[in-house]
Amino acid sequence: MEQFVNVTLSGLAQGMIFAAFALALVLIWRSTRIVNFAQGSMAAATTFIALALVQAGWSYWLAFVVALVSGFVLGAVVERVIVRRVEGGPELNAVIVTLGLFVAIQAAVAIIFGSSFQSFPAPFGLEGFSVGGTVIALTPNRLYVIVAVLVTMGLLVALFRFTRVGLAMRAAAFGQEVARLLGVRVGRMLTLGWGLAAVVGSLAGILIAGGAFVYPAYMDSLIVFGFVAAVLGGLDSPIGAVVGGLLLGLALSYVTGYVPGGSSLVNMTALVILVVVLLVKPGGLFAGTVARRA
Amino acid sequence: MPDTAVDGAPGRTGTTGATLEVRDLTTAYGPVRALDGVSLTAAPGRITAVLGANGAGKTSLLRTVSGLVRATSGTVLLDGDDVTTSAVESMVTRGMAHVPEGRGVIAELTVEENLRVGALFRGKVDRAEFDRVYELFPRLTERQGNPAHTLSGGERQMLVIGRALLARPRILLLDEPSLGLAPRIVAQIFGLLRQLVDAEGLTVLLVEQNARSALSVADVGIVLNLGRVVATDDARTLMADEDLRHAYLGF
Repeated sequence: MEQFVNVTLSGLAQGMIFAAFALALVLIWRSTRIVNFAQGSMAAATTFIALALVQAGWSYWLAFVVALVSGFVLGAVVERVIVRRVEGGPELNAVIVTLGLFVAIQAAVAIIFGSSFQSFPAPFGLEGFSVGGTVIALTPNRLYVIVAVLVTMGLLVALFRFTRVGLAMRAAAFGQEVARLLGVRVGRMLTLGWGLAAVVGSLAGILIAGGAFVYPAYMDSLIVFGFVAAVLGGLDSPIGAVVGGLLLGLALSYVTGYVPGGSSLVNMTALVILVVVLLVKPGGLFAGTVARRA
Repeated sequence: MPDTAVDGAPGRTGTTGATLEVRDLTTAYGPVRALDGVSLTAAPGRITAVLGANGAGKTSLLRTVSGLVRATSGTVLLDGDDVTTSAVESMVTRGMAHVPEGRGVIAELTVEENLRVGALFRGKVDRAEFDRVYELFPRLTERQGNPAHTLSGGERQMLVIGRALLARPRILLLDEPSLGLAPRIVAQIFGLLRQLVDAEGLTVLLVEQNARSALSVADVGIVLNLGRVVATDDARTLMADEDLRHAYLGF
């Protein structure tokens, strides 16, 4: 029982990060029909910015805010300057461009910040809370991860549901031509969408870095897990991304916790889940019933 | 003009229609000319119907006028201003609402959200204006919170017209509003259009393949064939011209 609770708790914390990363992928997919393979290295870049600031004596929180803001700027600039040219074109062009960005940004990070392992601070403790004398796998830092992702998701929901700019962004994503005819500045909305997605991606990057080592490629595995989570939930569904992230986090945690030698099977498990989802329910668990016009 | 000129019409405060003038407009998709020197005028307080067979250039005309497609040559004048090269997004602020073909609802958004998108560019809009659209189309009231993809064809048409009205247009471009709708609903929608035009002096440029219905509601008819204007006349005169009807309008 105790093991089950611990495995579940660490799966949830991990799943939250997958969820955030998957959500960032979904936000971009939904509006521009592009899978942003560069999201991992973009997040690595902003995490390294935060790390540089912390090493220069800044507080974690200030560095955290700067990282998210620079994530927004990076996302917006990438869309406006580079991705804009392949939007609406052949799908393969966009794939190649984001893959190219992935490599280029990662290389830039290595050049600027060095490619050695560096430890990234955690803002909260890494010792588990104790419940009735036993220490559980929920650490203050993990709790912070969960809360931070939940708050971010709540803010995003509020933005899309209750604000005019949120409505304009959804209109631009779902009905580009109609939105333009109704005066929505679609290009601006897409730039904003990429910026926001990059903020969420950066959040995932900085959260997973907390109390761990970072190096330019430290986000690579998260791209794989985030992508699996997004596909699991359905690439079009933000709720799906969150649920997919949590399910994947739990599944991988159970494999690690219960299967002998499980920790070496994590990547394999993710791959199996991906293949099974694509075979059985290619639209994902939360596939909409709406057939989209391209 | 009083706000309640039409029972339940969206609150339009005395804005009159805009005059649209198209001069010698040519639009080509590669080597294919969809419009070939089209000239026409749509006047305030009138429904101008553009008729013709599939491929006559009707949709291309509207898309060029609203800027979705760029003209190869010619000019589009809105109240005398040259808007030929204006950005699509700016047309609605100039008073032009274009309801595209295929009932351009945003399927993923709810009925209410679709309507709100229509009023987005205007900033804060009085709730009463929304209520008036719902009064105009009571069917939409029941569907208010449903995603637009659950609507029937007729309801979608009502939604896109209601949404366009929330933009408070001075000129409304309608592309095949009767497509795939039951005759009763077509009559209802055209009747409503007539009311709006008569009461508020709105300008309507109506593109229709269903020439009989369109001519029965329109003031002026323009017949297109292969991208050229082959006839412009009073709607009633066109209706009476049997040769023309047989040759171009199929009835």
